[in-house]
Amino acid sequence: MLYRHGFGRVLGASANAGVFFVLCLLGTAAFASEVSALLPPIPPGKGESCVEPTDIMRRDHMKFLLHQRDETVRGGIRGAKHSLVGCIGCHVQRDAKGDAIPVNAEGQFCESCHGFAGVRMDCFECHAAVPASGQTPAAFSKRMFPLAASAGAAASPGAE
Amino acid sequence: MSDGKKILADQSRRRFLAKAGVAVAAGIASGVRIIGFPDARAATDPVTGARRWGMLIDADKCATGCNACVQACDDEHGIKGHGRPQTDAQWIRKVTLRDRASGRETSLPLMCQHCEKPPCVDVCPTGASFRRADGVVLVDKHTCIGCRYCMLACPYKARSFIHEDVTDQKPWSPRGKGTVESCNLCVHRIDEGKGRIPACAEACEREGHRAILFGDLNDPASDIAKARAEQESRELRADLGLNTGVRYQNL
Repeated sequence: MLYRHGFGRVLGASANAGVFFVLCLLGTAAFASEVSALLPPIPPGKGESCVEPTDIMRRDHMKFLLHQRDETVRGGIRGAKHSLVGCIGCHVQRDAKGDAIPVNAEGQFCESCHGFAGVRMDCFECHAAVPASGQTPAAFSKRMFPLAASAGAAASPGAE
Repeated sequence: MSDGKKILADQSRRRFLAKAGVAVAAGIASGVRIIGFPDARAATDPVTGARRWGMLIDADKCATGCNACVQACDDEHGIKGHGRPQTDAQWIRKVTLRDRASGRETSLPLMCQHCEKPPCVDVCPTGASFRRADGVVLVDKHTCIGCRYCMLACPYKARSFIHEDVTDQKPWSPRGKGTVESCNLCVHRIDEGKGRIPACAEACEREGHRAILFGDLNDPASDIAKARAEQESRELRADLGLNTGVRYQNL
């Protein structure tokens, strides 16, 4: 009696869980489509892939940048892959005349997400938001960041 | 202490001394190796104290009225004035010294002297002002709060404060309002490890004056070390005992 009672409870609970699970799936699918419609359009980057998988970059790009900036400023290490210059080199867009559009301009790579999330970035109060004029970003990245260039990541392979 | 204990203590002392001797020998050997191969550093490695970057400026070769080094520095780092000389950023400037007795004038470039014991680093409340292992004195603008204490402490008046918004920065030389800055010995060029010299030294060479010699003070085979060994050079304000990385000849 005790056993049957217990079994019945388990069965009932699992049925409830199943219904709940299906509902959740439906809800997630609906939510996902809604979210993708809400997300800002992000201009595509150059090359095959970013220096890290997209989900990791979305969550942790500021940690990578923070870590590397200290190593570069204090230790003089140039060539690691998480560089702001590398980000700009791959993600900068160009207008009809071929001039680079700053990555913090409206609708551009950095601003589109930061504007959406309401997070202010002060990188570009000091740092250039466009690659150096008169030289391709790839050429500059290759010279400054040999390690990333050999990995074929931050050196924006399509630009040269 | 009993005799047995005394013997034990002696043995352990001997073992300690033997170990210490080995450690010292290893230390010397590794030290020699580092000094022997100063070119081993790649751009991906951190800088070390094996090198000390410095400059030797020959005041006799520096031409009066020539401003090529200042112009080159401004171009390299994207420094633009606002027509306000008292507050405009200035990483390097030309100074003319005049001997009152003889009237003889000497022209020389003056910038951050990259001291071994930098007063700017001593006074910085946030640790933004620092001396890199290879002797380059820098400002970490990420941590600089713009208090300008370092500007007061510097005996060479080498630092500038950025009063206005900056645009069109160079990717290799980030500059922004509210921070202090000074000559960084063109670290972005040095760090490449391909023998590029700072913009001012390059410009001086291009003009044919060769008044600014840049190199590794620790490497006895470098041109700068040889030139210093050959002829007397002096620090500005040597009385302060800062052991500057920038030195002058024929002052």
